[in-house]
Amino acid sequence: MDERTRPSYRLAAPIKSAAQRFAYAGLVVSAFALMLLAKADAVLLERVRIHVTDAVAPIMDFVSRPAAAVSEIVDQARMLADLRTENLHLREERARLVQWQTAALRMQAENADLKRILNFKPGPGARFVSARVIADTGGAYAQSLILNAGTRDGVRKGPAVVTGEGLVGRIAGVGQRSARVLLITDLNSRIPVLLEASATRAILAGDNSDQPRLMHLPPGAVVTPGERVVTSGHGGVLPPRFPVGVVASVSDGGIKVQPYVRRDRLEYVRVVDFELGGALDSEVTPRDAAGALRAAP
Amino acid sequence: MKQDLWIKLDALARKCSPLAITLVLVLISIVPAHIPGYARIAPLFPLMAVYHWAVNRPELLPAIAVFMLGLLVDTLGGTPIGVNALVFLTVYGVVAAQRRFLLGKPFWIAWLGFALTAAVAALQTWVLLSLFEMTLLAPEAIVFQYLTTLGCFPILAWILLRWQRAYLQRN
Repeated sequence: MDERTRPSYRLAAPIKSAAQRFAYAGLVVSAFALMLLAKADAVLLERVRIHVTDAVAPIMDFVSRPAAAVSEIVDQARMLADLRTENLHLREERARLVQWQTAALRMQAENADLKRILNFKPGPGARFVSARVIADTGGAYAQSLILNAGTRDGVRKGPAVVTGEGLVGRIAGVGQRSARVLLITDLNSRIPVLLEASATRAILAGDNSDQPRLMHLPPGAVVTPGERVVTSGHGGVLPPRFPVGVVASVSDGGIKVQPYVRRDRLEYVRVVDFELGGALDSEVTPRDAAGALRAAP
Repeated sequence: MKQDLWIKLDALARKCSPLAITLVLVLISIVPAHIPGYARIAPLFPLMAVYHWAVNRPELLPAIAVFMLGLLVDTLGGTPIGVNALVFLTVYGVVAAQRRFLLGKPFWIAWLGFALTAAVAALQTWVLLSLFEMTLLAPEAIVFQYLTTLGCFPILAWILLRWQRAYLQRN
């Protein structure tokens, strides 16, 4: 660790040190300039970001596999440990779900009948792309994921990213073989939502904490902890009535929502793309929908 | 002649290893860890490596490399491009100024130095991002991240020091 002969000191040390200082100052200025550029022209630097992410994606795809495998083994060991309780729990759940299945089948038939009576034209179907999470980035300052699917798999910017549990986030940028997901907890995430019980509209705004908050509620709205929060589908793109989370706490500081999706459990996710993409609002009448269909190129 | 080439290649590989290790740490730090609550307080391994090489072998990790590493962290991490580049350069600059004091001292001094430098880095990141987003960011995750970073530093420093002793001995 001790200082021995330093070659740089042998030849023209003062000049070299001055040049180094100059270069250092230049780099600091460049970093500032890049930040200003990112603020002024987000599009250009986002494109650079996408290209770099695309280049690194194959490496991350490879590197993230062992981590996923280890986590799976740990999971399985844990499952083995409480097999009995798990089994009991599943039996109970199954009994409950059979009831729900009956109800769902009855409603499906009823729904089909009613649609026939109303001469309902179904909205455009959604397209799903499954992808693997290859990077979980940003730490305390930004909340995003990188997926191993991009434009070549049919992913585009904007659509919702979901798991069986609920909404994960939205596609914020997409390259050829990778895509960046802005999580609903990110500072820049804004999702139009509904409080399911009261049908109150609100905006779910991330703040980089684990629990995003509800904003822009109509005056006088009553929110109780435990209430389910679902996507409203307003503004198109996001599927309507998709589970997001439950109201965790209501206080003067704001209304916090606990998302259903647990970030550390994410491995495979689905990108849900309505083929019309943004042109169709979820709560329009069938006639409007038909109009929107005609208007779309 | 042929042997000469191998010796040169070997020397080159050794010289590039600090940069390569830091690069690998950047990638490792964004691998999904599948540990509850980890993502938000994940230790900043690249920052530790920048500090370590800046103290011990700055000539093998020049400022331009530090700048590029910062840009890569920003690009992959989703933070505004330039923020981590600036933070890494600050760490590098602070260490360069205090290098004479830090070199050859017992480990706890290096750790203390890192504690102070990382605190400056955390504060700087917080200020830059708050300015960029035009809002006051919640500080608690940043404080926890600072603490995990501090806690993990001896482990990484030990590994890097072993590497340095094994492959980067000055002739």
